[in-house]
Amino acid sequence: MHLDELESNSIYILREAYRCVAPLTMLWSMGKDSTALLWLVRKAFFGVVPFPVVLLDTEMELPEVYEFRDRIAREWNLDVRNELCPPESETDPSLAPASRAAARKTEGLKRLLQREQYAGVIVGIRRDEQATRAKERIFSPRSSDGDWDVRGQPAEFWGRYATDVPRGMHVRIHPLLQWTEVDIWRYTQREGIPFVDLYLSRNGERYRSLGEKNITRPIQSNAASIDDIIAELETTKAPERAGRTMDHDSEDSFERLRSAGYM
Amino acid sequence: MDERSPAIVVVGHVDHGKSTLIGRMLHETGSLPDGKLAELEASSKRRGVPMEWSFVLDALQAERDQAVTVDTTRVWMRSGERRYMIIDAPGHRQFISNMLSGAAEADAAILMVDATEGVSEQTRRHAYLLRLLGIEQIVVAVNKMDAVAWSEERFGAVARECTAYFSELQITASAIVPISAYQGANLVARSEHLAWYTGPTLLESFSGFVPRSPAYDGPLRLRVQDVYRRGTRRIVAGRVDSGSLAVGDTVVVSPAGITAKVESFETWPTSQKERARAGESVGFCVDRPLFIERGDVISHVSDSPQRASSFDVTLFWLDETAPDVDESFRIQLGPTEGRVWIEAIERVVDTENLAQSTIGDVAQYSVLEARLRSNAPLPVDTREVSAFAARLVLLRGSHVVAGGLVSRVAGATRTTNLYPQQHLITRHERAVRNGHAGAVIWLTGLSASGKSTLAMAVERRLFARGCFVYVLDGDNIRAGINKDLGFSAEDRAENIRRVAEVAALFADAGTIVVTAFISPFRKDRDAARAAAGSAFHEIYVNADLATCEARDPKGLYRRARSGEVKEFTGVTAPYEAPESAELTIDTSKHSIEDCVEQLYAYTYAATRNAIMAPA
Repeated sequence: MHLDELESNSIYILREAYRCVAPLTMLWSMGKDSTALLWLVRKAFFGVVPFPVVLLDTEMELPEVYEFRDRIAREWNLDVRNELCPPESETDPSLAPASRAAARKTEGLKRLLQREQYAGVIVGIRRDEQATRAKERIFSPRSSDGDWDVRGQPAEFWGRYATDVPRGMHVRIHPLLQWTEVDIWRYTQREGIPFVDLYLSRNGERYRSLGEKNITRPIQSNAASIDDIIAELETTKAPERAGRTMDHDSEDSFERLRSAGYM
Repeated sequence: MDERSPAIVVVGHVDHGKSTLIGRMLHETGSLPDGKLAELEASSKRRGVPMEWSFVLDALQAERDQAVTVDTTRVWMRSGERRYMIIDAPGHRQFISNMLSGAAEADAAILMVDATEGVSEQTRRHAYLLRLLGIEQIVVAVNKMDAVAWSEERFGAVARECTAYFSELQITASAIVPISAYQGANLVARSEHLAWYTGPTLLESFSGFVPRSPAYDGPLRLRVQDVYRRGTRRIVAGRVDSGSLAVGDTVVVSPAGITAKVESFETWPTSQKERARAGESVGFCVDRPLFIERGDVISHVSDSPQRASSFDVTLFWLDETAPDVDESFRIQLGPTEGRVWIEAIERVVDTENLAQSTIGDVAQYSVLEARLRSNAPLPVDTREVSAFAARLVLLRGSHVVAGGLVSRVAGATRTTNLYPQQHLITRHERAVRNGHAGAVIWLTGLSASGKSTLAMAVERRLFARGCFVYVLDGDNIRAGINKDLGFSAEDRAENIRRVAEVAALFADAGTIVVTAFISPFRKDRDAARAAAGSAFHEIYVNADLATCEARDPKGLYRRARSGEVKEFTGVTAPYEAPESAELTIDTSKHSIEDCVEQLYAYTYAATRNAIMAPA
């Protein structure tokens, strides 16, 4: 019931995006969220993904993640574009080390947008992940540099979204904003959506949030199935992104990344 | 976990302690993640302030530095078996759009009132907004009881003040709870200081909150978001706003008024769906080829929405700039879009003090009752029929200026509203016979930007593809229907008005009509759009002034510069560029062939997509 409602809302958002924003693309990190989102796209458009899917590639993902990409891209017949991100030397040098590693994706996204002139980018972020993501709109206009004007966000109510994108801007579309981590797992289980098995415990450790290997750590966990993960999430008080070092460089590290265009 | 968790918005005046309440509440219920408390302590210490609970939500540096919530945010709170989504809404006047963005999706509300200050400006305004949003589950939290020495008397006075204002608004609070958010008094645990209070704690007062359920019992309303083509089938996509839809139902498509039977639901990956109800996003096919487009409303035959070009609305005015009577706006009712004018403002309510007036400027954040008029009839419902379908948003360009509800559909109709009913041939039938829909392809741009060249070339291309197409330009219009008009400002406006009306008739008759007029004023083009309704397509033929002046095929720019030609657009008279053209073609950057191809591809798709391809 609850999942049906979330699903219907996300489908509504995706259809608005597809109809009103062109050209459109979606970021896929092969993590649980953006993979569930791809599934929702296929539901919304009856089995097809009607836009290219971009991977912002730092070549630092775990090997299992790349294998998963190749398998799903083939099985789901996806138009996957691999966007190689610029090296760390081209990111803002005033950022802390882990943030600089993460900011490579921001730079990669900027290049992609400049080259392809996408008016809309679908991104699978959720409000419960992180306090600044909690402040996001579902349709969030950005300058071409990706700058996020948190003070001047457009009013968004009654399913009316900021789909008009002025020239030189793009809009980030966040169909999963209302979902929580446990919702994603329940939905993945219900729908039988494939996921990278790094999320499941091996030798007492699992990845709760998948990022690049240089800035992500697994957590202590014995959760070896989705049921176990759900049970773990019902009781844990550890934050989801505890293993993502880029969030913890300083108090404002994630806000700085995001206002400069990070997802 | 089957049920959705209720979403509770916390509203009230700035500095009455909303963010502090939520931060403390999360702590008291054990909902904060590990390490958060230490992080808050560190962050507070760094700023030299005592423990700042609001930092749980006020995550932005600007919010922490200035101790004010800028944007709405959402967090999840657990209490035993129950989960709540808590929405923090900024109380600062400047951020009321953000407050609205948070509050609109809430099931219930906590209205915060500072015991030392009592009901103040934003308290009243927010309460009024809750009523407009239809949020009926409300609890009042009288905060900062510690600052009034936990006085029962002071609490009683504030509670009476609230109750009095609420009864004027015809809303009721299910509980009024004295608390101290900062000290955590009466949130989850009772406080010895408030021993005189016997009502529920704040957390207990939530226990009755339930999610607002979709309008399952209402009349069927589905606004079409899009139509997808799959082979020869066309799938109509949209969300059921109210009621339910089942295979075999006979439905009517508004505003066209045509009927069809629902043949099947389209689903993926499995396909066994017989019925959809309110809240569901669906795709379905009907039993015959129909002209269905985005914005159409699907309903059952017995209770379809009214087709109106005049209706009364209650608006919450969000913009700094007041509306002008006769100013034209975009209106959106979900995916249904049109253009309306404010014909009359009946009443303006100052939401701060409920003072009413019928004259004067509409201040930002006031509520107005007004009559809207649109040239093309729109399918509308009043709030009595469907609170969901009655919701509307007004925009200037792409900027939201007001939200509101349809309160009454006026009986008055103009003659133009009548003729579609007198015709026995529908637009759709004409489109099916012609193989394309009628359309007004309205080219606008500076003199010498390439409008006529494009119009003539695209006419040729469309004609070659078997389309019924005709170009209206200065030559064929000025020679006949407008030969009584000169070049004064009034005559120029009248010239464009007649072109617009003639073009709309051509389009209604099934022809693709391409017009090539400078048409420099937005107001005139908006009127042309209103005349042709959804058949109108504004095409901005964009070439910069320097390029046009360099081309100058008729020597007009030269003569304008020398003063020989007066009031020449772009030189001595303004050109108002389109704000939301369907297509922009830059003739200074692309070859003429490319430009023609762009216009041709757009027009062909737009008029072809409107009907179903032969099976």
